[in-house]
Amino acid sequence: ASLSVCMTNCPTLIVMVGLPARGKTYISKKLTRYLNWIGVPTKEFNVGQYRRDLVKKYKSFEFFLPDNEEGLKIRRQCALTALNDVRQYLSEENGHVAVFDATNTTRERRETIYKFGEENGYKTFFVESVCVDPEVIAANIVQVKLGSPDYVDCSNDEATEDFMKRIECYKNSYETLDETLDKDLSYIKIMDVGRSYLVNRVMDHIQSRIVYYLMNIHVTPRSIYLCRHGESELNLKGRIGGDPGLSVRGKEFAKSLAQFINEQNIKDLKVWTSQMKRTIQTAEALGVPYEQWKVLNEIDAGVCEEMTYEEIQENYPLEFALRDQDKYRYRYPKGESYEDLVQRLEPVIMELERQENVLVICHQAVMRCLLAYFLDKPAEQLPYLKCPLHTVLKLTPVAYGCKVESIFLNVEAVNTHRDKPEVRISFPSENSV
Amino acid sequence: AWASYMTNSPTLIVMIGLPARGKTYMSKKLTRYLNWIGVPTKVFNLGVYRREAVKSYKSYDFFRHDNKEAMEIRKRCALVALEDVKAYLMEECGQIAVRHFWIKPMVVSHLISSKLSRGFGTLTVFFVESVCDDPEVIAANILEVKVSSPDYPERNRENVMDDFLKRIECYKVTYQPLDPDEYDRDLSFIKVINVGQRFLVNRVQDYIQSKIVYYLMNIHVQPRTIYLCRHGESEYNLVGKIGGDSGLSPRGKQFAQALKKFIEEQEIVDLKVWTSQLKRTIQTAESLGVTYEQWKILNEIDAGVCEEMTYAEIEAKYPDEFALRDQEKYLYRYPGGESYQDLVQRLEPVIMELERQGNVLVISHQAVMRCLLAYFLDKSADELPYLRCPLHTIFKLTPVAYGCKVETITLNVEAVNTHRDKPSLNSNNLPKSQTPVRMRRNSFTPLASADTIKRPRNYSVGSKPLNLLGSFLFPE
Repeated sequence: ASLSVCMTNCPTLIVMVGLPARGKTYISKKLTRYLNWIGVPTKEFNVGQYRRDLVKKYKSFEFFLPDNEEGLKIRRQCALTALNDVRQYLSEENGHVAVFDATNTTRERRETIYKFGEENGYKTFFVESVCVDPEVIAANIVQVKLGSPDYVDCSNDEATEDFMKRIECYKNSYETLDETLDKDLSYIKIMDVGRSYLVNRVMDHIQSRIVYYLMNIHVTPRSIYLCRHGESELNLKGRIGGDPGLSVRGKEFAKSLAQFINEQNIKDLKVWTSQMKRTIQTAEALGVPYEQWKVLNEIDAGVCEEMTYEEIQENYPLEFALRDQDKYRYRYPKGESYEDLVQRLEPVIMELERQENVLVICHQAVMRCLLAYFLDKPAEQLPYLKCPLHTVLKLTPVAYGCKVESIFLNVEAVNTHRDKPEVRISFPSENSV
Repeated sequence: AWASYMTNSPTLIVMIGLPARGKTYMSKKLTRYLNWIGVPTKVFNLGVYRREAVKSYKSYDFFRHDNKEAMEIRKRCALVALEDVKAYLMEECGQIAVRHFWIKPMVVSHLISSKLSRGFGTLTVFFVESVCDDPEVIAANILEVKVSSPDYPERNRENVMDDFLKRIECYKVTYQPLDPDEYDRDLSFIKVINVGQRFLVNRVQDYIQSKIVYYLMNIHVQPRTIYLCRHGESEYNLVGKIGGDSGLSPRGKQFAQALKKFIEEQEIVDLKVWTSQLKRTIQTAESLGVTYEQWKILNEIDAGVCEEMTYAEIEAKYPDEFALRDQEKYLYRYPGGESYQDLVQRLEPVIMELERQGNVLVISHQAVMRCLLAYFLDKSADELPYLRCPLHTIFKLTPVAYGCKVETITLNVEAVNTHRDKPSLNSNNLPKSQTPVRMRRNSFTPLASADTIKRPRNYSVGSKPLNLLGSFLFPE
């Protein structure tokens, strides 16, 4: 059983709190992505989206005026519809965590949601983002509001002006989480994009993980470079695993990588490798200090280490077939599964979140897991993500996601990718995974 | 150690708070945890320095803020302590020093930068403040740890309570809690409120501070018991083979039954049971008839190429490896396998979760159990691989005062002995090269790696006897 499954018994309802443009949706999406990656089924429910679905065309900030009866009615209805979907997800669809993304700026609204949680047997955890720095708010508006469907027909200036007035609509009734009045609630209050935090009554494991995660993420612009080691001697022979050194072309790649890194002119770049020869030799060519992480080692193929896929199919035909059936969960005898890999890579992800510019030189399965985290790929797709040799993936966080650039460094290499095969043979029920 | 690579400059942790707020409890626990994960840490307790300077404690009058003579003494103690901190961080390659202070944090920060930063480059300061206004908690603290303090040799409870409460009043006059909104907004700190009900975290600067914050947010003081034991005797145990994934021997199955009975007799409330993902621990737990969780990270140390061999076979086939391991058992990594140091890294989430939980029974393996025990009993890296964890024996750990009470319970089922003591060094057996202990035999170890500084593990207060030169400390 995976760690995360054991740790959550009753579902958790995370409730975002804060004025517009305080990063609530950014945090919701990131948190949802992280929790899903570590194996906790999570879904976010953005009330703004429900509003957009109901009110086809956004006119102006006046919709949000506190005395706009019709606006209030619609907004309330959207919140209730969203909560209904939350209930369906958590109570009927086996979801573990739901993130309710809305301003939730009044105590009364939060009380309603808390009661809803109680009635349904959910643990409620509030995440409030407080920010008064006008520069940060302006930057947020530029990053994510100008491109919103609400402002598709406006100029940037018109959109910004309208949005600032929208924020004003909420300010008068805003009741921030209070140390005394809200002392019985479980919450984290994030101040000034992570300068400081107030954490109250963390109830269980999942909440403490969420708090730890939120305290480690930042929004400073940076890039993460992911690539595999240069082509190895065993790659050339089509053998998996082992601890071989680089082939001639692999060494060429290492040199190209050094050149590429120099050209990129990256500030304070950290370089990480695994503890296997092929990544270390690749990093050595860069001529910069690097850190070796054992947890970045390639997936352990157990009894199949150093075999070719043909040999595996010949010697362990059942294992071979089982793996193709459920590549994410399949564990090599005496080895690991992709699911195990994700669990062991979690500290790497946490540290990548804390860091700024990093180059990670790793392995095919490992890189697939890391990529799946950044690009929000589900477990079914993860083991089939394409991570060819001699190709650097440059990831740059932007808006709510990640921009990916794929840079092939012009040194030929073998192709180690196996697509998901079509299932031709059906197995009797005792044998299926 | 992996954790210490994340820290470049040394860190000074400064504890703040009125007396009986758990500062010493947190310092010791934090120090134990940091040392265990491989970050050399040491506690410098002002109270101990004060006790050395003023041989016998008379009464709370010493702590009155208008007692000029006493103030002088306390200031001097602070400076002596700072000198020791400096020595530890610079000369002993310590990574973190934990200190108690009773003056304004900003003043401390300036004092430290001026007195200590010469010779460091950068010294990072992190404050940990404990704030508590619950009189029951404070009274309980006083009874638990103050009554037995060297300051109160007569140990008359009422007198102690009375004097100590007056002592606290003396501090209250000048105490200024950390103010995140104005005065102290540029400092890095965590404020622990009411024993972990609430936390305020400000300006966490680096990896080690984020680990400290996470740790402090996960520990609690609710009474509970942790039970550690190994799986029942396995088939491989019987033939002396290490590692592998064998099932229980007949005696092992007997042990599982005896364990079930033992657990029932203990009548533990809400006991959680954890095993590894290897057959022998799972089979042991199965007999208990309760739900249990399997953790892959509780699996036994991976012996790589030596898996499923006996020690005799290893000595015959890999004599160099065999000798190297005996030289440096903590750091030695089996080719294709793991070292004890690797094991500690992989067990860290288990420790964190054990801190969060209440009553837990962990059914694991010899090397794994040694690592867990070393954490709870504050054993050094040198002692860890030689801790005795025999089969069919349960270690019952109960947190008490600043440490852990241990009871060993041998369930009356015979088993083989799998313990190997540290052999006495025969110089003729040692291979020529001394340093390659950390090398993985079948991988390339580069020259540019950061992996060249050997950081010593240091003890926290309480494990070593008092050194009259003043740098080691009395357990209180």
